[in-house]
Amino acid sequence: MSDQISIRLEGRLGTFEIDVDFFAPMHGITALFGPSGCGKTTILRSVAGLNRIPGEIRVGGDIWQNERLSLPTHKRPIGYVFQEASLFPHLSVRQNLTYGALRTKAEHAIRFEEVVELLGLAHLIDRWPSHLSGGERQRVSIGRALLSQPRLLLMDEPLSALDRMAKDEILPYFEALHSSLKIPILFVTHDISEVERLADHLVLLKSGRVQMSGRLSDVLAAPDSPLATRSDFAAVLPGRIEGIDPDGIAVVKIGTTEIYLLADSLSPGEPVRVRIAAGDVSIARQRAQDSSILNAVPVRILGIEAIGVSETGLLLGLPDGAGQFRARISRRSTIRLNLQEGEEVIAQIKSVSLLANR
Amino acid sequence: MGELWSPIRLTLELASITTVLLMIVGTPIAWWLAWSSWRGKELVATIIALPLVLPPTVLGFYLLIALGPNGLGGWFGDLAGVRTFAFTFEGLVFGSVIYSLPFAVQPIRNSFEAMGKRPLEVAATLRASPWDRFISVAVPLALPGLLTGAVLGFAHTVGEFGVILMIGGNIPGETKVLSIAIYDFVETLRWREAHILSAGMLAFSFAVILSVSLLARRARNRVPA
Repeated sequence: MSDQISIRLEGRLGTFEIDVDFFAPMHGITALFGPSGCGKTTILRSVAGLNRIPGEIRVGGDIWQNERLSLPTHKRPIGYVFQEASLFPHLSVRQNLTYGALRTKAEHAIRFEEVVELLGLAHLIDRWPSHLSGGERQRVSIGRALLSQPRLLLMDEPLSALDRMAKDEILPYFEALHSSLKIPILFVTHDISEVERLADHLVLLKSGRVQMSGRLSDVLAAPDSPLATRSDFAAVLPGRIEGIDPDGIAVVKIGTTEIYLLADSLSPGEPVRVRIAAGDVSIARQRAQDSSILNAVPVRILGIEAIGVSETGLLLGLPDGAGQFRARISRRSTIRLNLQEGEEVIAQIKSVSLLANR
Repeated sequence: MGELWSPIRLTLELASITTVLLMIVGTPIAWWLAWSSWRGKELVATIIALPLVLPPTVLGFYLLIALGPNGLGGWFGDLAGVRTFAFTFEGLVFGSVIYSLPFAVQPIRNSFEAMGKRPLEVAATLRASPWDRFISVAVPLALPGLLTGAVLGFAHTVGEFGVILMIGGNIPGETKVLSIAIYDFVETLRWREAHILSAGMLAFSFAVILSVSLLARRARNRVPA
């Protein structure tokens, strides 16, 4: 398929064994997610040609590696953003930015001014890398990668070396990148909140193997999702702003279900991403009359499974299959309410957060 | 004055040519030692480092045999139309390169290793070919090491004595370098000339050590990105 990235790798690197075979779309952000040592960076480096593991790598119809050939790294049209910015210390910010641009043979579809504007680099252009903050360096390294005119952007935990503040500073740029450039991104991370906020497509990895892969909302909602038992599990549902009430509450429509949330600077019609943490959902048989909880939505119980000895995980479906999310409640409550699969109940959601404007 | 100038000129010539060759030969060796994953590479490193501990006369002895008519020198000499490379300027250059190699290779290798693979990988992901990566990234980042290697190689060649005595002898204008000339002047009780050349060497050595430590300090002060 020419509109896909297909990656099949089978072999070992040192003592690490890897055996993966998955697809990613040629658009949007695909997150490679898993604990450290699961092989996500190894996969990314193999796509870049920095590692050699037998297999086949195809990107948008072009073969980068198969049994007979393997393009050297400098002949692969990639942009690679490393965990540490790794700017060239002997070059100025401007020279760092243009290093790849001067060497690429591809058409300069992404312009210098555009990148400087997009990543807010104008005031840094004549500085030296040693005089930048961590977040600024990482922005320059992203700009440098973009200006080499990549067909595929590879990012290896680009946020993990940054502190909370630098992360918050840089995340909006990622979202801007996502919406204004049409370059697919493979994004390695071990931070589930980055996945929820940025990813469109998710590949779950463990011990060098793919556990599950697919669209983010599908993987999060899958009944057998390996993520479901995590205590910080949250579902991500795509919705649309229906309207803003006079008291500042935004109404988000997911299928026919209305979700209310506190959010400013939103306008009706905007597509958004809503995050519902399993720990924030409680279950009631009837709609509570006198409750401060804004969101109480009718759902159907699609699955019940035990988490440890004292908790239960519920998979809940919105009406008309508009989306799924999870609840994590005590086993005692499950028994007391006598909850059964297929039943209709009310899900009370203590807090709903908005992830990103899409 | 010719007696003083000839050994000085010869020494500078020898040291310059040797330094250029050291850079040409030593840099690829240092590169290979820094990046090769072959287990036997430390053996090669040890062989290159031998002149550091070997008495110069021992090294000179083997070089003499190698350069002589029964060794490699005789074989190459046939091609060049001479009987031997021992007691020639060319022989001295060869011997000096072997003798000073560890002084050039070590700092260059260290600077490549200190730089690490990352900058080269970054350059590769930005479309730079291997040669381009070497010129545009490795050379500037390892420059202090390269300069230190060159300065040490040059200085070590200037200070050479034992090896030259063994393979070069004492032919004015051909193999009679500074250190040999000083020895000669002392032997013949010409203290004035010995004083002039020795004082010159003293000042030179001082300048070399100072410049190397300044280079090393500059390298340390480089802020990593």
